[in-house]
Amino acid sequence: MALTADDVNQIARLARLSLSENEAESFAGSLNGILDYVQKIDEVDTGGVEPTSRVARLSNVVREDRVEPSLSTEEALSNAPDKSGEYFRVPRVLEINE
Amino acid sequence: MELISKPVHELIDLLETRAISSEELVGQYLDRIEQVEPTIKAFITVDREGALEAARAVDESRRDGKAPSRLAGIPVAVKDNICTKGMATTCASEILKDFVSPYDAYVIERLRSAGMIIVGKTNMDEFAMGSSTENSAFFPTRNPWDLDRVPGGSSGGSAAAVASGEVPVALGSDTGGSVRTPASYCGVVGLKPTYGLVSRYGLVPYASSLDQVGILAGNVRDCAIMLGAIAGHDPRDSTSVKTERVDYEARLYNDIAGRVVGIPRECFGGPIDPHVTESVYAATKTLERLGARVQEVSIPTLQYALAVYYVIGPAEASASLARYDGVAFGYRYKQAEDSVSMFMETRGRGLGPEVKRRILIGTYVLSEGNYDRYFRKAMQVRTLIKKEFEQALEHCDVLVTPTTPTVAFRLGEKTDDPMSMYMSDMCTVVANLAGVPAVSVPCAKHEGCPIGLQLIGRSLDEALLLNIAYAYEQASGFEIEKASVV
Amino acid sequence: MPLEDYEIIIGLEVHAELKTESKVFCGCSTKFGAQPNSQVCPVCLGLPGTLPVLNKRALELTILAGLALNCKIAEHTGFDRKQYFYPDLPKGYQISQFDRPICYDGFIEILADDRDGNEVKRVGINRVHLEEESGKSVHSGTGILDSSYSLLDYNRSGIPLIEIVSEPDLRSPQEARRFLEELKRLLEYTGVSDCKMEEGSLRCDANVSLRKRGETRFGVKCEIKNMNSFRAVEAAILHEAERQAELLDAGEQVEPQTRGWDELTGTTVFMRSKESSSDYRYLPDPDLVDLVIDAGMVEALRENLPEMPGQKRRRYVEELKIPEYDAELISGSRNLAEYFESVVAVYNGPAKIVSNWVMGEFLRLINQEKVEIEDAKISPEEFAAVLRLVDNGTISGSVAKGVFEEVFRTGEDPESIVKRQGLAQISDADELSAVVDGIIEANPKAVEDVKSGNHKAIGFLVGQVMKETKGQANPKVVNQLLRDRLGL
Ligand SMILES: [Mg+2]
Ligand SMILES: [Zn+2]
Repeated sequence: MALTADDVNQIARLARLSLSENEAESFAGSLNGILDYVQKIDEVDTGGVEPTSRVARLSNVVREDRVEPSLSTEEALSNAPDKSGEYFRVPRVLEINE
Repeated sequence: MELISKPVHELIDLLETRAISSEELVGQYLDRIEQVEPTIKAFITVDREGALEAARAVDESRRDGKAPSRLAGIPVAVKDNICTKGMATTCASEILKDFVSPYDAYVIERLRSAGMIIVGKTNMDEFAMGSSTENSAFFPTRNPWDLDRVPGGSSGGSAAAVASGEVPVALGSDTGGSVRTPASYCGVVGLKPTYGLVSRYGLVPYASSLDQVGILAGNVRDCAIMLGAIAGHDPRDSTSVKTERVDYEARLYNDIAGRVVGIPRECFGGPIDPHVTESVYAATKTLERLGARVQEVSIPTLQYALAVYYVIGPAEASASLARYDGVAFGYRYKQAEDSVSMFMETRGRGLGPEVKRRILIGTYVLSEGNYDRYFRKAMQVRTLIKKEFEQALEHCDVLVTPTTPTVAFRLGEKTDDPMSMYMSDMCTVVANLAGVPAVSVPCAKHEGCPIGLQLIGRSLDEALLLNIAYAYEQASGFEIEKASVV
Repeated sequence: MPLEDYEIIIGLEVHAELKTESKVFCGCSTKFGAQPNSQVCPVCLGLPGTLPVLNKRALELTILAGLALNCKIAEHTGFDRKQYFYPDLPKGYQISQFDRPICYDGFIEILADDRDGNEVKRVGINRVHLEEESGKSVHSGTGILDSSYSLLDYNRSGIPLIEIVSEPDLRSPQEARRFLEELKRLLEYTGVSDCKMEEGSLRCDANVSLRKRGETRFGVKCEIKNMNSFRAVEAAILHEAERQAELLDAGEQVEPQTRGWDELTGTTVFMRSKESSSDYRYLPDPDLVDLVIDAGMVEALRENLPEMPGQKRRRYVEELKIPEYDAELISGSRNLAEYFESVVAVYNGPAKIVSNWVMGEFLRLINQEKVEIEDAKISPEEFAAVLRLVDNGTISGSVAKGVFEEVFRTGEDPESIVKRQGLAQISDADELSAVVDGIIEANPKAVEDVKSGNHKAIGFLVGQVMKETKGQANPKVVNQLLRDRLGL
């Protein structure tokens, strides 16, 4: 079941990526090629195999509950594309947060 | 004194005996950069003034007998995905073109406290996604051995800079081969340390479970010196391991007689160029001459490594790169009327095609209904690969493979065929999936282009890995001179 | 069909801020009310290259919460990235927990809605997981939709939260409220959270559906957000249930939606359809390592767990012999219970006397003066000293009230107040005779009544003497003197 340009646009919407019509078409092609290739992992019998999400054999790495210095507000805002006073500023938000 | 072709360990002696000053040394390198940069284009940023100033400060402290370390005064280049306070960190992306980090990466702190001189930030594939450095949003870098060819990627700028004598040593990062592939293509030594040996704090992630800061150097000994300078536990990286400090340089001189070298049979044939195969076999003969026992081994799941990598890498990347949304830093598409269109347009315009492609793959394999089939499955196969690798490394001290299937390809040759580009990483990704260290050392030339030999070692045993690589380098008599550009 | 013919099915999702000094994955302060963007660092701003490191105290508090809510504690767990885009979410994902919450399968007990209101009901706790808070958006207009831009403050970004998800076991808006009150009590008790709704350190969403009584299948549910008080939760659920009942009565279907509570109109309003709900693309966070919680760690925390309100209430009734009502009220607040117990510990009399004074004068003054229990000037020792002054006859009960109030306001030693103001009780018969005689003389009518057999009138005369002596006379002695004088 190959992905269509429409499918690609839907995925792009989830990832908040605007794509041109050309891009959607061309990504559909390359994505299908890649997905075809990675499909070969289906051949491997993974019954009862635990997934590996991290390779370091570490656990319970924690820090003490101590306050460390923060950035100054000026430093925090230094890369802001838009700001107002002590705040970052964004165009209006039409969605409700989680 | 002509300093450009000298290895770091000689430069250290010259600086320590005060035969040269750091200012002089850095000055020569800056001149070299000025001379070859128009052709090679290895750097995104060169900080001439800052570097000279830092060099003068080191000279002064050395005059007072207070040099911060042996490496004080040695110039170094840093891949542009490693955060540097006060110098842009772009990741070769439009979206971070003007980003100046308010903090230094852990490795940068280490370089600075060692007194090394950061001369600039090197070009790369955008967000470290690519094997040719053609995915830089700014310009491609050229291979110093053949200007029509790519330097490899994604740390192509760092590899080309070392190969062309713009710096004696450089930092890169390696997620699936991004240090070793360009090292192989450019005829330099490239080390990807064990996952967790070098802190990732301040390394802009592509895929956090695979990423590792690596080293590009002219020879194994320089590489060992550099590893000593950046390895170590960092409490700001939860995946950083606690280990004893090791003097890697001091451990290079051990005899390798009786060491067992495994050759995974799955790493030969198929798309591997016969010239490459031949060179690697010749290298194993050299190791045998040194008393090592060479034996073939089988790692059946190896054939799935690249497929697993192209699920896990993009999946993690799709999340790691979600922060480039135009809100608090980086590029923003300013004409957007509302936040959602700002997100869409900022990301759509600010990110390049390969980055978008991988975000799309990653988003797809994690989305509802696909997680188990792709992502979970890939993580399970990763478990098996890691296990088979660890088993092979129980009776082998090191595994030897080609670093890349071919020598450097031509610019533009693979840009329209992502899958064939991805194949460049087929031998390297496995070290990232398993978290083990691997190094590429030059072993031959073909059509005037270098071929790399990859040695893969046991977790946290860089000392042994580098020792075997060093023994090979010394015995092979295969010295790759600095590429003669212009 | 009236609402009574439907069963209301309610499940709650509560977010509570953990009481830590620093944020969950970086060292920024969690203090409330700072200047915007003054408690932020590269990590909680989500700057490229930054990495999270878990705050140990946040993990401990989460486990404590789980223990207080009778949960099982996971042995192997870890963190996941929950992906969605929103301006106040700096990384484009929230570090949360997906399929392996730290605590699961617990319950809390509340009073159920049975006829006599005494039945205890267990409400299941599906899970308690640890996650990070997002930043705060300030919208330029009056509401989110008419704003031309929004301002962002990331001081809250990265504050540790626990999300507590109940089973759909609640059956009325009142039960939901009681559940929240009990939950708040438990979290405050264990020191897990301050639970200040006004500072946003406790937030609640409710899932509400209806089904006809007798049905076993759940109906379609709606999620309600934006409720800013327990009262609002109760009102919003009631309103939502009525809305759904109307739809069902009209033969229409309930659409799965997220709705917001509007305090002004007292209604829930449409926010978004659940159909378009997000696909969060969870994945294990590779920047954090696994958590392995062994029995030793859990037991060590369990030992630190204070006595819970239910246990306290039972102990108060059974061991301290105080009335059920007093026990319920006093055990309801950890501070009050601790204060009460300290007074009992230093006072050698019956706990019932302490609870009377705590329930009476002490709480009256606490409420009237609006002081926190921990800030009260009257120490448990001084509290007990006032009671002892009554017991040994130094002052009368009515004088004691005044002395108590004075100590409450000033923190002065009760005995020195009694001495300084000469409030000690007069028990000396000689001293009181003159007053008693005067009262007899001044109240011939009452004297007549007593003499003619109305012995109740003697109480009036005692009262007059007390009044005359500003409460200092020992009423027992006065009573005896009057009886002697009047020949009874
Ligand atoms: Mg939540
Ligand atoms: Zn912070």
